[in-house]
Amino acid sequence: MDTTLSPTVDTTEHGHGPAKGLGRWFFTTNHKDIGTLYLWFSLLMFLTGGCMALMIRAELFQPGLQLVQPEFFNQMTTMHGLIMVFGAVMPAFVGLANWMIPIMVGAPDMALPRMNNWSFWILPFAFSLMLSTLFMEGGGPNFGWTFYAPLSTTYAPPSVTFFIFAIHMMGFSSIMGAINIIATILNMRAPGMTMMKLPLFVWTWLITAFLLIAVMPVLAGVVTMMLMDIHFGTSFFNAAGGGDPVLFQHVFWFFGHPEVYIMILPAFGIVSEIIPTFARKKLFGYASMVYATSSIALLSFLVWAHHMFTVGLPLAGELFFMYATMLIAVPTGVKVFNWVATMFHGSMTFETPMLFALAFVVLFTIGGFSGLMLAIAPADFQYHDTYFVVAHFHYVLVPGAIFSIMAGAYYWLPKWTGHMLNERLGKAHFWLSFIGVNVTFFPMHFLGLAGMPRRIPDYALQFADFNAVASVGAFIFGLSQLLFVYNIISCIRSGERATDQVWEGAHGLEWTLPSPAPYHTFSQPPVIK
Amino acid sequence: MIKRVWLLPWIGLFVSLPANAAWEVNITPGATAIAREVYDLHMIIFWICVAIGVVVFGVMLWSIIHHRKSRGAEARNFHENTAVEILWTLIPFVILIAMAIPATATLIKMYDSTDADIDIQVTGYQWKWRYQYLGQDIDFFSSLSTPREQINNEAAKGENYLLEVDNPLVLPVGKKVRFLFTAADVIHSWWVPDLAVKKDAIPGFINESWAIPEEPGIYRGQCTELCGRDHGFMPIVVEVKPQAEFDQWLADTRSAAQAQAAAATEEWTLEQLMERGEQVYNTSCAACHQASGQGIPGAFPALAGSPMVTTDIDAHINIVLHGKAGTAMQAFGAQLNAVDLAAVITYERNAWGNDTGDSVNPQRITELQQ
Ligand code: HEM
Ligand SMILES: [Cu+2]
Repeated sequence: MDTTLSPTVDTTEHGHGPAKGLGRWFFTTNHKDIGTLYLWFSLLMFLTGGCMALMIRAELFQPGLQLVQPEFFNQMTTMHGLIMVFGAVMPAFVGLANWMIPIMVGAPDMALPRMNNWSFWILPFAFSLMLSTLFMEGGGPNFGWTFYAPLSTTYAPPSVTFFIFAIHMMGFSSIMGAINIIATILNMRAPGMTMMKLPLFVWTWLITAFLLIAVMPVLAGVVTMMLMDIHFGTSFFNAAGGGDPVLFQHVFWFFGHPEVYIMILPAFGIVSEIIPTFARKKLFGYASMVYATSSIALLSFLVWAHHMFTVGLPLAGELFFMYATMLIAVPTGVKVFNWVATMFHGSMTFETPMLFALAFVVLFTIGGFSGLMLAIAPADFQYHDTYFVVAHFHYVLVPGAIFSIMAGAYYWLPKWTGHMLNERLGKAHFWLSFIGVNVTFFPMHFLGLAGMPRRIPDYALQFADFNAVASVGAFIFGLSQLLFVYNIISCIRSGERATDQVWEGAHGLEWTLPSPAPYHTFSQPPVIK
Repeated sequence: MIKRVWLLPWIGLFVSLPANAAWEVNITPGATAIAREVYDLHMIIFWICVAIGVVVFGVMLWSIIHHRKSRGAEARNFHENTAVEILWTLIPFVILIAMAIPATATLIKMYDSTDADIDIQVTGYQWKWRYQYLGQDIDFFSSLSTPREQINNEAAKGENYLLEVDNPLVLPVGKKVRFLFTAADVIHSWWVPDLAVKKDAIPGFINESWAIPEEPGIYRGQCTELCGRDHGFMPIVVEVKPQAEFDQWLADTRSAAQAQAAAATEEWTLEQLMERGEQVYNTSCAACHQASGQGIPGAFPALAGSPMVTTDIDAHINIVLHGKAGTAMQAFGAQLNAVDLAAVITYERNAWGNDTGDSVNPQRITELQQ
C-alpha cells in the first residue's frame, strides 16, 4: 500500500497538549491516553493473574497438599483464568486498538471519545469487585472460568452475585469498546484508505469487534439466568425444577468459543504487521488473510459444542461439531502458510518484536495441532478435561495471544515513547520467556495423555516428575516478565532516540508520524493514494 | 500397567531412555477393542500433525537460515499467488477428509450401546460414585480410600496414591457392560482411560456408554469435571474378573447386604455406635464439616456446638436423611444404611464436646426410611 502524507502534525492550531495532573487520566478522551491506560491495566492484571498461576504451580510442584487447601486452589484456578482472559488479554488488545487504529487509518481520534473513557474506567471497578470476593465469607468464585451450573448456582459461595455483577460490567466495557472500534474503522478512515488497503491489524480488529458485539450479550444472558436461578426462584439450570444444566453449557460456549477467537484474531493482525517489516517484504496473500480471518470468525459460531463432546450429544450433533471444528484448520493453515511465505525469500533480521512474532507462529501452530487432535471427537473423549487441554489452550493463549501482545508492545513502544528499547534486555526477555513457556506447557501434553485431569489440587504419583518440570518452567516464565516491566519503564524514561520510521522495513501511516507520536495527530486527514 | 521401554516425544523423534513409568507420555492403548481403535486414531492424527509440522517449520527454518539480511539476502518482490493459495487451501481439506473417515467410523461404534449383557447405573455424588447393578440387587458407594495423612504429607504415600477406593466397581470379563450415568448434585464425569469411556454424569439426565473389557485386571480413572472442593479426590477403580469370580463376588456382595439389614434390627450400645459413627463421619461427612466438626466458615457450617445437633433430635435425623435443598448438604438416607446413619448421628451428638448422651437406634432410622 502506498501512502503519502501531507503534513498533519498540527502543533499550533489545536496545540493544547494533555491536561496536567491526575485529572488527565480520569477525564481523558484522547485515544492515546486511553490506550496507555488499557495497556497499563492489562499489564497489572497479567502480573496478578500470573501470581495466581505461580501459586497453582507451586502447589502442584509435588504430590500432596502443602501450600493451599483445595477450596482456595479452586478459587485460584478460577480467578487466574478469569483475570487472564478478561483482565489481561482482552484489555491489552483494546489498548493496542486504541493506540494504533486511529493512527493506522489516519483518524484524529476514536469515533466516540467520551464513551471510550467510560469503557476503560468500568474495568478497574469490575476487577476490584471481582478480586474483593476472595476476601468475602465463603471465598471467591471457585467453579472454573467456565462456571458450569449447577456448581456455580445451587452450590456456589454467596459471593457469586458479585461475580455476576463484575461480569456484567466487563461485558458493558467490551461492547462499548467494540462499537467504538467499528465506528472508527468504518467512518473515520482517511480519504483513499479503502477497505482492502486497511492494515491487517485493523482488519482483524474489525472482525473481532463484530464477534464481541455478537457474543458479549450472550454471556450477559447466561449470567443473568444464573442470577435469576439463585435469587428469584427460576430453574433455568436446575433439573429438579424442570431446568437443564446442559443448557448452561450451550449458552456459555456459544459465547465462549467465539471468545477464544476474540483472544487470537487481533494477534493474527499484529504478527501480520511485524513479519513483513522484519522480512522486508510485503505480506504474502493480503486478500486471503482477510478472507481466512473472516471464515474463522464465521465458523467460530458453529463449533461451540466441541467443548461438550462428552456431555451426551446425539451422534448427529457430535459428527456435525466434529466436522465443523476440523474445518477451522483450513483457514488457520492458510494464515500460517502465508506468514511462512512472507519470510521465504525475504531479507530477515531478528529484533525483539520479530523474535516474539516468529515464536508466535511456531508455538501457535503447535497449539493448532493439538486443537486439531481435540477436534476428533472419539479421541477427544480421552483428552477432554485433562492437562492435554491445559497444554493446548496455553499454547494458543500464552505464546499466541500474550507473545503477540509483547511483540506489538516492543514493535510500537518506540513510536509511543520516542525511545528505542534496550535490545539486549528484550532478547533476554524473549529467550527466557520462550524457554519458560515451553518447559511449562510442553510437559502438560504428556501429563494429559497419561491421564491427569485438570483442575485438581493434587495428583497421583506417576504424574510427579512432569509436574515438577512444569512448575520450574512456570517460575522461569513468571520471573522473566520482570525484565519486560523494567524494559518498558526504562524505555519511557530514557533510551536512544527513535527515528520516525523506527524499523528499517516498516511501512504504514503510523511510521510517517514523529516518534513519539504527538498528542494530537491527523487533525488534517492524510491522503492515501 | 505396561512399562514402556520407548518414550515417544512429541516432536516426533524417537529417543531411547530407560524404562520409567513416571515419564509416561502417551495415552493408553487400553483394554477394549474400542480403546485400541481410539489409540490408533490418536496416533494417526499425531503423525499427520508431525508431518505437517516438519514441512512448515522446515520451510520456516530454511528461510530463517538462508534468507536473512546478515547473509546478504535480498527480499524478492512476490506477495501473492492465487494458484498456490488455492492449492494450500485444498490440500489440508483433503487431509482432513482422510482423518474424518476413520474418526466417524469409530464414533458410530462408540455410540452403539445396544445388546448389553449388564446394565450399571453410575451416579456421581460430591465426592463419591454410586454403582447400582440394575436388576441384580446390588447397590453401593465407592469413595477414595487414600488416608488424609498421606494427602497432608504426614505419612508416606502409597503406590496407588489418590487412585484407590474402598469398593471398586467389579465387572465380568468379555461381557458388554452398559453404563447409565447420572448425578445427584453437580455435574461429574466418569473416566477410565483403559476402557476409553468418558461421559458426563448430569443431574436430572441419563447418559449412556459401554465397554467390553477383554482382560481381567484393575483399571483406574478419575472424575474429570470440576465438581467442587474434592474434585481431585474422587477416583474410579474398575476390577475386571473372570465370569466365575464375578458370580462369586455377586453372591458375596448380596449376602453382605443381607447381613447389614440384619444388623439394623439389633440393639447397639452407645460405645458401639460411637466407634462406628466416627468411621462413617470421616468418610462421608468430614470432607465438608471437617474431622474437628468445625466446618469451614461461610461454606460449611460447624457441627460442634451447633443447636441443630445438640437440641432437637428429630430435626437432626431429618437433615441427615433428607439433606437440605439448595445446599451441598446431601440426602444421606439413600447413601448409608440404617446402622451407619444411626451411628453417625449418635457420633455427631456426642463428639467434640457436644456430649448430649443421646443414642439413636438403627430401628428408628429403619422406621423413618419406610
Ligand atoms: C505464567 C504463565 C501461566 C501459567 C504457569 C499458567 C498455569 C495455569 C495452570 C496450572 C492452570 C490450571 C489448570 C487446571 O488445573 O485446569 C491454568 C488455567 C488456566 N489458564 Fe493459565 N497459566 C499461565 C498463563 C495464562 C494466560 C496468559 C492465560 C490467558 C490468556 C491463561 C489462561 C488460563 C485459563 C483460561 C485457565 C483455565 C482456568 C479454569 O480451569 O477455569 N493462563 N493456568
Ligand atoms: Cu466429580
